[in-house]
Amino acid sequence: MLDDFMIRAALAGMGVALAAAPLGSFVVWRRMAYFGDATAHAAILGVALSLALQVSLFAGVMTAALVMALAVTMLAGRGFAMDTLLGVLAHSALAFGLVAVSFLSGIRIDLMSYLFGDILAVSHTDLMVIWGGAFLVIGLISWRWTGLLTSTLSEELAYASGFDPRRERLILTIALAITVAVAIKVVGVLLIAAMLIIPAAAARPLSRTPEQMVIIAAAIGSISAVVGLQAAYSLDSPAGPSMVCVAAILFSLTSLVKTIRRI
Amino acid sequence: MTLISAQNISVGYGANIVLRHVSLAIDAGEIITIVGPNGSGKTTLLRALIGAIPPSEGMVTRQKGLRVGYIPQKLHIDPTLPITVERFLRLTSGVKPSAAMPDLAERLIAKQMTAQMSELSGGQLQRVLLARALLNTPQILLLDEATQGLDQPGSAAFYRQIEEVRNQTGCAVLMISHELHVVMSASDRVICLNGHICCEGTPENVSAAPEYRALFGTGTAGALALYRHEHDHHHDHDHDHLSAHNDTKAAESC
Repeated sequence: MLDDFMIRAALAGMGVALAAAPLGSFVVWRRMAYFGDATAHAAILGVALSLALQVSLFAGVMTAALVMALAVTMLAGRGFAMDTLLGVLAHSALAFGLVAVSFLSGIRIDLMSYLFGDILAVSHTDLMVIWGGAFLVIGLISWRWTGLLTSTLSEELAYASGFDPRRERLILTIALAITVAVAIKVVGVLLIAAMLIIPAAAARPLSRTPEQMVIIAAAIGSISAVVGLQAAYSLDSPAGPSMVCVAAILFSLTSLVKTIRRI
Repeated sequence: MTLISAQNISVGYGANIVLRHVSLAIDAGEIITIVGPNGSGKTTLLRALIGAIPPSEGMVTRQKGLRVGYIPQKLHIDPTLPITVERFLRLTSGVKPSAAMPDLAERLIAKQMTAQMSELSGGQLQRVLLARALLNTPQILLLDEATQGLDQPGSAAFYRQIEEVRNQTGCAVLMISHELHVVMSASDRVICLNGHICCEGTPENVSAAPEYRALFGTGTAGALALYRHEHDHHHDHDHDHLSAHNDTKAAESC
């Protein structure tokens, strides 16, 4: 059954959707949307590194994303506003990455596949890496769930309850790096942030508790992956962007539900 | 028995030192009020006591396994985060509120358990925060200007609730307040803070102290103090008086 590339693609998309749901919810709650972008852009630098050093793509991207996330966390609040800092780091990482890739002579790289993903070429190994990463992210976040949620509500409340918000932030940062590393094959560098944010944002109007929002986001993400793939197959459109389009349509539908409820 | 103590701590943000050489011990069951003008380091002191900022000098010691009930100045819950009052309260202890919640906390929240946190009014939110602080039967309640944004009857009601809690449970209370006339009478000890401890003692002693009068004017009843903020805080020269001046302007324009 796993020999069918469409089934592998669907499973890969769902794996990313599952990891992105809890993480994306935190990204939305903590207003870190641009942070996700910055980490994802660093991934291109990671691609260049892993090709130059001939290490696995996952390891290279994961390292670059982690270094980027840690750099942002450490530099934050030292003279520059967060959005300026992220703007500088994100686009520099992307630019350096693109330049570095161009120096790699002898290796022909399809840059488009890293920018927009190449979900139809997912192999068995890729699938294992994606699901392994997804379980790791879900495990990390469920292990620290109460602490993460309390520090998101208020850092002072977290300190008073015996949590250390800095440690919780580090956990989110690591989870973000893992997610970027596993998602690069599926949706590519430019659309990873979309898979994080759009399903979570679409789940918001339908949920009353944080847990509900995560579960609904996971469902919306998975539906977007499967429906997007089918659309890509029948319309002959690029797969990654098609998945994001479905997520965006679902977002507008749930927003509409919210508006109608208000009236 | 000392619950929390600070030994000669200095605390600041980067190069900006907000508190210098403050020592303080809170015993079980004590009610302490901290007063001081804006920018005097009241919130910073509280943050240092709960461990949110490490002191650059000195040491904060908390009793092992101390149960702290903390009520922040303001809790902004982003509307993107859906959370009901019930779920928010369950974050504290992991037990279902209906099973473990003290009667008082239950009475505080009444029928709002299914409401969204981001849709509560200021008064309702403060009651939920108080209820949350009570859930783990704290040995000490820490309140950081918890009545900010409440009107006069609202804050009077809130302080009555605090007093009721304290009478029922016997927990220690450390509160920061601007509303001297409300809190002074109930306190065992008042600490007057302005970057350092200006003076401390029983409410009567403090309101008669020259340092206190220098900060809050001579209208000793307290109610007038806010409106008679004098500019003659002279007993220490390291401080930036700007914030005190702004304070005065705001008060005069009322």
